[in-house]
Amino acid sequence: MAEVSLRKIVKAYEGDVQAVKGIDLEIADHEFCVLVGPSGCGKSTTLRMIAGLEEITSGEISIGGTVVNDIPPRDRDIAMVFQNYALYPHMSVYDNMAFGLLLRKFPKAEIDRRVKEAARILDITVLLDRKPKALSGGQRQRVAMGRAIVRDPKVFLFDEPLSNLDAKLRVQMRTEIKKVHQTVKTTTVYVTHDQVEAMTLADRVVVMNHGIIEQVGPPQELYHRPATRFVAGFIGSPAMNFIPARLENGAAALNLVLADGSVLPVPEDRTARYKPHAGRAVLLGLRPEHLTEPREGRGTYADIAIQPEVIEPMGMETLVHFHMGEARDLCARIDPTLSASPGAPLRLTADMAHMHLLDPESGRVV
Amino acid sequence: MAADGSLAGVALRRGAPNSLQRFARRRSSIALLMTTPLLVIIIGLVAYPAFYAIYLSMLNRRMTEFVGTLNYEILLESETFWMVAFQSCFFAITAVLLKALIGFWLAHMLHDIPDKGQRKWRGMLLVPWVIPPALSTLGWWWMFDPSYSSINWLLAVISVPEVPWLGHHWWARIAIIMVNVWIGAPFFMIMYLAALKSVPEQLYEAAAIDGATGFQRLRYVTLPMMANIISITVLFSLIVTFANYDIVRVLTNGGPRDLTHVFASYAFQVGILSGNIPRGAAVSLFMLPLLALCAFFVLRGVVRRNKEQM
Repeated sequence: MAEVSLRKIVKAYEGDVQAVKGIDLEIADHEFCVLVGPSGCGKSTTLRMIAGLEEITSGEISIGGTVVNDIPPRDRDIAMVFQNYALYPHMSVYDNMAFGLLLRKFPKAEIDRRVKEAARILDITVLLDRKPKALSGGQRQRVAMGRAIVRDPKVFLFDEPLSNLDAKLRVQMRTEIKKVHQTVKTTTVYVTHDQVEAMTLADRVVVMNHGIIEQVGPPQELYHRPATRFVAGFIGSPAMNFIPARLENGAAALNLVLADGSVLPVPEDRTARYKPHAGRAVLLGLRPEHLTEPREGRGTYADIAIQPEVIEPMGMETLVHFHMGEARDLCARIDPTLSASPGAPLRLTADMAHMHLLDPESGRVV
Repeated sequence: MAADGSLAGVALRRGAPNSLQRFARRRSSIALLMTTPLLVIIIGLVAYPAFYAIYLSMLNRRMTEFVGTLNYEILLESETFWMVAFQSCFFAITAVLLKALIGFWLAHMLHDIPDKGQRKWRGMLLVPWVIPPALSTLGWWWMFDPSYSSINWLLAVISVPEVPWLGHHWWARIAIIMVNVWIGAPFFMIMYLAALKSVPEQLYEAAAIDGATGFQRLRYVTLPMMANIISITVLFSLIVTFANYDIVRVLTNGGPRDLTHVFASYAFQVGILSGNIPRGAAVSLFMLPLLALCAFFVLRGVVRRNKEQM
């Protein structure tokens, strides 16, 4: 077990294309750290540099306090689970799992003990004699995890391991991975483009975009206190709504004036924070669950009149898609018992206590 | 259509189909019809000549009398025939082995060159395989010529004594193998290169993380993943090399003292040049059981691996 440390890591390809632009990251011992971001954000490249499968252009990676920049993958004491499992098709499940130990010249009895123990944890004991061809996607994924577990490495690396599975199996395997981590507690770096996977699995989520780290934090922090527009929009499904507005000084407090002239009050406890931005164009960020049917009670609520474009009944909630002036692709979550239909006027309430204010130029949350 | 929606109802209304219509509607009949052109070609160009060769090998020299296995018995008692059998096996096994090794090495070298520069090397390395063998063998024949051998001239530069390339039977055998390897190695190279490209990169990465050295990756990933291509290429080359005729014919014509003949060139010598077609046919038919045995074991391995892995 070990901590992983990335210092000023840069990965540049020919033609000066930088896939990773000088990132710093400290991953603690036993931590489950998820790198998440869209395609091409540099998350897989970062993972492959930790594994030693990609050379580092500059910077320093250390595992367990040892700088591993020039150490080949086999000597880094890591194990990796690949997106397409990378099982050796000519070997049985047992041999696939035993291969790493065999190369490290472990005694046969020890190999046998470890393989059977990992098979027991992953519930694949009955599959040990089969070839990968005879396994389903989920079973192959378990074998790939078993191959990593038997090695008892310092760090587990997962490269989008659930991407090839169907939606139902993905949820099931997600739970399995979490269970395994709770059992073996090995430091884990997990790469995914799926923010739901990131939120459900991680102790800490690292959101990457265009080769840089946008924000690092526990899932709840990222969800409730995003630092940038990218993080606010990427974490959460459906995504956060962004509505252009102007921050104006009101009689008693600050107000947000939307393009159609509607005025939304800013909660009093935010006045001091937002005051320096008064008179400027801003972006109002509101998650769909904070844009709901009218509510009574304490809090800062503001009514908004909309015309739904698309209604999506989800069972436990209904999603209403609409637009307000230039702000397109907006979404609200309403009670499924309420009747709403496309084109028919609908009144919504914005829960301003959960609002976010963003600077449209820098893209940072104020 | 009938009430149940089947086409059979249509036929019933128009009257029961006759046996020809039933035959034409069967899937197996359509399959037979579609494969007929191929069957005709195989029967005409493979089966008929093969059976005709067997028939010929059982006739006397003048092809007027059936003599049973007499030609085979005479051959089995002939010292020259056993020498030809040895030379054929020695030639085929050594040449195929060398072609496989050199082809494997070249494929690896090419695989490591970035795609951009790989094409021109691939093209250049394929040249020996593309030139008609009779022509390129003629070129080699000049290079082996005792009076003005360019190879001997090069050897003299590094103070190696002159080699009687085509004058001594062992050197002549080596020369034949050299030329065959020169012509055939690119075929192995291109087949192995295709196989190498089809091995998923992630298997190598997984092996590297599992702790495999370069040699262990070759041993535990590359070779098992290429096993089928290696087997089929070796089998194919073994058949072609075993039946090779043109290199021996152009380079040594079986000499010196008939010591470099292989089955095909000896069969030609006995059957065509010496006018004993039945005996020539018998010589050539000796290749059949040997190659059939090789093909059986190789293809059995391929089928087994396919069942396990694909």
